[in-house]
Amino acid sequence: MAVRFLYPEFEVVRNQDRCVACRACERQCANEVHRYDPELGCMVADESKCVNCHRCVSLCPTRALKIVKTDHAFRENGNWTGKAITEVYRQAETGGVLLSSMGNPEPYPIYWDKLLINASQVTNPSIDPLREPMETRTFLGKKPGGIQRDAQGRLINNQTPQLELSVPVMFSAMSYGSISYNAHASLARAAQALGTYYNTGEGGLHEDFYQYGPNTIVQVASGRFGVHKDFLEAGAAIEIKMGQGAKPGIGGHLPGQKVGPDISRTRMIPEGSDAISPAPHHDIYSIEDLRQLVFSLKEATEYKKPVIVKIAAVHNVAAIASGVARSGADIIAIDGYRGGTGAAPTRIRDSVGIPIELALAAVDQRLRDEGIRDQVSVVIGGSVRSSADLVKAIALGADAVYIATAALLALGCHLCRTCQTGRCNWGIATQRPDLVRRLNPDLGCQRLVNLVTAWDHELKEMMGGMGINSIEALRGNRLMLRGIGLNQKELDILGVKYAGE
Amino acid sequence: MKRVYVNEKWCLGCHLCEYYCAFANSGQSSMVKALKGRRIAPRIQIEERNNISFAVSCRHCTDPICVKSCISGALSIVDGAVFIDSDKCVGCYTCILTCPYGALTHSEQGAVQKCELCKTNEFGVPMCVQGCPNQAIVYEER
Repeated sequence: MAVRFLYPEFEVVRNQDRCVACRACERQCANEVHRYDPELGCMVADESKCVNCHRCVSLCPTRALKIVKTDHAFRENGNWTGKAITEVYRQAETGGVLLSSMGNPEPYPIYWDKLLINASQVTNPSIDPLREPMETRTFLGKKPGGIQRDAQGRLINNQTPQLELSVPVMFSAMSYGSISYNAHASLARAAQALGTYYNTGEGGLHEDFYQYGPNTIVQVASGRFGVHKDFLEAGAAIEIKMGQGAKPGIGGHLPGQKVGPDISRTRMIPEGSDAISPAPHHDIYSIEDLRQLVFSLKEATEYKKPVIVKIAAVHNVAAIASGVARSGADIIAIDGYRGGTGAAPTRIRDSVGIPIELALAAVDQRLRDEGIRDQVSVVIGGSVRSSADLVKAIALGADAVYIATAALLALGCHLCRTCQTGRCNWGIATQRPDLVRRLNPDLGCQRLVNLVTAWDHELKEMMGGMGINSIEALRGNRLMLRGIGLNQKELDILGVKYAGE
Repeated sequence: MKRVYVNEKWCLGCHLCEYYCAFANSGQSSMVKALKGRRIAPRIQIEERNNISFAVSCRHCTDPICVKSCISGALSIVDGAVFIDSDKCVGCYTCILTCPYGALTHSEQGAVQKCELCKTNEFGVPMCVQGCPNQAIVYEER
């Protein structure tokens, strides 16, 4: 074997005093880290295969296992970090593009953590959500610009189709293919139970999930996989995906080995063929082209469903959003650079795009300045990690948020960031039947419902603290936010004052 | 009556139910003390072949053939569940031969052992169910 330049990233620490050799770790590790050695009479581990997904740790009945980051060190310096050195070695070994999963992990500023929320004192008293009504219901879609009456003076209903959300949180697009059948089932059932929506992503809609149509957003992306009339009609809204926060400017690639019979049928492509989503939509080169697709989809569904256009947060996001708002879209979804993915080139994931907080503030301000904010709802995603992030997003101007990474964490994801291998030990980002089985949707659905219910409680508490009793009164209410540790430019873009001001 | 049921669709074949069973019936205070360095003889056992696996334990049949076949009166039905009195068991193994599920086995303590739904140990609720990571084993009324 050639010289190995890389030392394993993690170490498997087993407390042999506690290990009863039940071999659950061995049976549960798709990476084949653990093994029972009959001669030694104990469990042994090959840590070079470990991705630190914690499946073995979570299932060990005697808590005999833990995974630690190796303290083996390169001769690092401020410029040539261990990560930079490792990546050069990996590329020198393989000659390939580095692939990664989930969101941008680099230590860029997280603006959510530099925003503080207000609370009432003395005047404008705070509200106790346990005693008084607190409205978190949200409607997404274009709002009527004015009142219209017919010749007899009767009101004309000029309301366009709306999405009604019990909580301002939806599950963002993850395709059937990138995630498993059981992960989709969990999301669909949770969306129904919570009175919100999940998103099919670009993989079509499995026939079993048409029953959740009233809580489903169907996606049309550049590959147009699984798009047909019944699919469009099944959903409550249609989303056109122009870009994704984790990999703006590039398409997607579902490897042929994941395209089994079910996925082949759902995506309407031959079994075993690679599903390649082109980087652009080949029929969209301008806002006018986008408008054509928006209205084609509206025409196909008889103007009964709102159309969402999803874009990645990039440099000119405000101008792009303004164009999208004028294209006839009812809702704009903006995805920040921390947004997750099943696989993206590492360099793109880590270096392309901008923070969602800045993008959201810029878009909301631009649409307001142009007087077209009411024409569209704004939904943001790209790492909303908690109800505090949610409150800050709404105060910065979002109508609702999309969560996906948080939802997957609720399902058991441990952010090991190796989705691209297809060996997800938690049954999420895999199509291997024995692994998919590990995610029981009865449990998955309950955990998602628990998470969003908990966030809803916290949202109400924080709104109550501010003396606000409806989401409408919080939306775009940037006076409820103050910045900390931000420079003047950042404060200007976010449109917030500094703490103490 | 609540019984232990198996949803084979969700069984991962991790065998943890066997270890929780062996621990629950060991009388020890921790799993390590109970099972470290021992071969376990659980009352629930995973059957597996290829990609299919499921746990098998006493069904607590409404008309249990093991109770009928017991020559010493060691097996009895209490509130629908089948229990064994090891003081009465003479070790003829007729119950083991007659049980169509293979749910009774030889015991190192008494002559025969079987699942008693953890009603006779300190836990009181079936530990295989508590220990199953995927709700493949449930304890419910059907």
